[in-house]
Amino acid sequence: MNNNIGVYICHCGGNISDYVDVEKVKQAIATEEGVTLAKTTIFACADSNQKEMVEDIRQQHLNGVVVASCSPKLHQITFRAVTERAGLNKYNYVHANIREQVSWAHSDNKPGATEKAIHIVKAAIAKVRYAKSLDPIIIQSQKAVAIIGAGIAGMKAAIQLANMGCPVYLIEREYFVGGRVAQWDSLSTSSETGKQIITRLYQELIKHNTITLFTGAEISSYSGSIGDFHLKVNIKPRYINQQCNEGGLQKAIDVCPVILPDEFNFNITNRKAIYHNFPSEYPQLPVVDMVHCNRCGECLKICGAIDLDQKDELLDIHVGSILMATGFDPYTPIDGEFGYNQINNVITLPQFQRLINLNEKKLIFNEKEIRHIAYIYCVGSRQPEGENKYCSRYCCTTTIHIANVTRRKFKEINNYHFTRGVRTYGKQETLYRESLANGDVFLQSYEDDLPVVTSEDGKTIVKINDILTMKKSMEIEADLVVLVTGMVPRAENSIGALFKLPKGRDKFFNEIHMKLRPVETVIDGITISGACQGPKNVTEAINSALSAATKSFSYVSKGELELEPIIARIEKDACTWCGACANVCPYDAIRIENDGQKEYAVINNAVCKGCGMCLPVCPTDAIDLTAYSNSEIESMIDALAQD
Amino acid sequence: MAEGTRKHAKILVFSTEKISDPAIDMAGLLKLHYPPKVLTISIPCSSGIKPRWILHAFRKGFDGVFIAADGSDCPYGESCTEKTGKLVNTTHDLMKENNIEPARLRMAAICSVCSESFVKQMKSFNEYLLLHSNN
Repeated sequence: MNNNIGVYICHCGGNISDYVDVEKVKQAIATEEGVTLAKTTIFACADSNQKEMVEDIRQQHLNGVVVASCSPKLHQITFRAVTERAGLNKYNYVHANIREQVSWAHSDNKPGATEKAIHIVKAAIAKVRYAKSLDPIIIQSQKAVAIIGAGIAGMKAAIQLANMGCPVYLIEREYFVGGRVAQWDSLSTSSETGKQIITRLYQELIKHNTITLFTGAEISSYSGSIGDFHLKVNIKPRYINQQCNEGGLQKAIDVCPVILPDEFNFNITNRKAIYHNFPSEYPQLPVVDMVHCNRCGECLKICGAIDLDQKDELLDIHVGSILMATGFDPYTPIDGEFGYNQINNVITLPQFQRLINLNEKKLIFNEKEIRHIAYIYCVGSRQPEGENKYCSRYCCTTTIHIANVTRRKFKEINNYHFTRGVRTYGKQETLYRESLANGDVFLQSYEDDLPVVTSEDGKTIVKINDILTMKKSMEIEADLVVLVTGMVPRAENSIGALFKLPKGRDKFFNEIHMKLRPVETVIDGITISGACQGPKNVTEAINSALSAATKSFSYVSKGELELEPIIARIEKDACTWCGACANVCPYDAIRIENDGQKEYAVINNAVCKGCGMCLPVCPTDAIDLTAYSNSEIESMIDALAQD
Repeated sequence: MAEGTRKHAKILVFSTEKISDPAIDMAGLLKLHYPPKVLTISIPCSSGIKPRWILHAFRKGFDGVFIAADGSDCPYGESCTEKTGKLVNTTHDLMKENNIEPARLRMAAICSVCSESFVKQMKSFNEYLLLHSNN
């Protein structure tokens, strides 16, 4: 038993110590059997504290270490590395979670939180007394990564992984790659247009033999875990053969009688059931929308490349890591929100972006030339009452950029910005200065006195009590009202549900820690990138994609992974071989052995996964699990049960 | 009654490292409060809990034991649900033999994002245990 134990209790800069009396915890555990060192620390994970721990372990010859801090998902690996640097086997370290499961969970009850923290730390000390030095188990890791979503984040991650020599399966639900960025023309973050960026990335993507792109594809099921994920991918057909005659195909599109709102243009234009997205779509092959096709057969008479009998394909792929890049949806205002869907010249920012892209020379909407544009900010973001309390971050900058572009592209445009405070952070401030120099008018209100959009005698009026001019009441007659809508998580999120990916308060996918482990999820082997994790502009999405690609690569690059050496152990003397353990083992890791004197069970260490299913079925209690022995668990229970 | 002075039942939770632990962590992250005498021991899989550990907890003074089971999400396979159910049944029988009310052991599947479900379970179990306690 370890009898020279060091215990470190973390303030977490107030995250813990604001609710837990850490000094009281230290005093309560300092006299526990085997504890020879007890300290509190402002940040246990800080470099300075890690160095101090290394010195303590070396100088005081500690043989067991406990850190009471955040979730082990975040820092267990950090402190295990500390013990290793000090020359102590990392399995002599035990982590106590007094943040997520104590200070945050019981921030409403400080005495209760402190008592609970004492119990949790005592239980960790009880466990570390029995800790032993162990060697990790090595498993094979499939050297391939599946990327879900071929928007800019997914494409960039795929190229990054391919450049590192890693095979990639890029799986896109839509029929065309590029995601949202393909829909934007001028970007505030780049001198290239969205279309040019996607074209460049696609050309780069197809040069890599190690990237396999699936479009119209969705994952229907998965099994396995880090290093060994098996995915079933359902691929919908395009209903058009590769060898198609572009001229004939255009005629087929022309004769198609089905007319639908075009989602690519956010429904401000229409498309046919056979459709392109735009001339430089990728892959450059149209699609038949079979959900809406009425199978009239007119197109078949004109174009031989169309084949309405193509079937779905189901593929099995095997990867070591999964990278999520599923993007976002633009917020859709509810009917009547600032006149949306009730006043016919009220549109959203994404619709406006497509509108200025589709118009040349004159800006026309509803057959009327547009001169006076009112932009209402923070629609669907920073909601005091609604669900979206967060700032979508990109929209102030994008709106001001688009307003500047609109002025450059069209004549005699007047921009009126109804803001709640402009957040053009960093270098994006230059766009704000440009718009001010252009003569754009900025008005501002608080969340409890928002602008009002009304229709009066055929005119659309926007009224505001402007806080920049002592709440002076102002009104603008607008030809077009643009609702600056933020980002929301994908409405269709079956893939997140399939992988059981945790979501944060804002309902986007949640990383383990926004600064320390920003692209990892609690599901080992699955990383997240881009706007599926939260609102991001193009630059930020790319940065997170590169980070996620690097992290995913680290899971597969060596071809093997270290796993916890947690396996079942049989006590031969106690075993009477009844076979119950072998019957319940899902991995066939238990076999019978006979030494000439008795039959008994033997564990195949290479196959045992350490689930422990064999433990409760043994009638003689002859099986224990490494690090979860009767002694360890029952001593933890004893510690937790103390009054 | 102020939260600090309210009486709480002592509940031992067996949670699983990959599935229910993240849900319990997320409950804290989201500041979803539950009784502070809910104390957790993490294990790899809910089907690996020994009945003797549960009986030990009751003997040591826990009012209730809750198994935050992996359910169908178990990384060790689909049989986890059935096997966890069996160990609960076995333990219920042992509890009866030891004159411990079987209702003091509860099990529910808590997936990795089931924070609200976990909190709801803890609150209702706490209420049940307080209502049926001899104190």
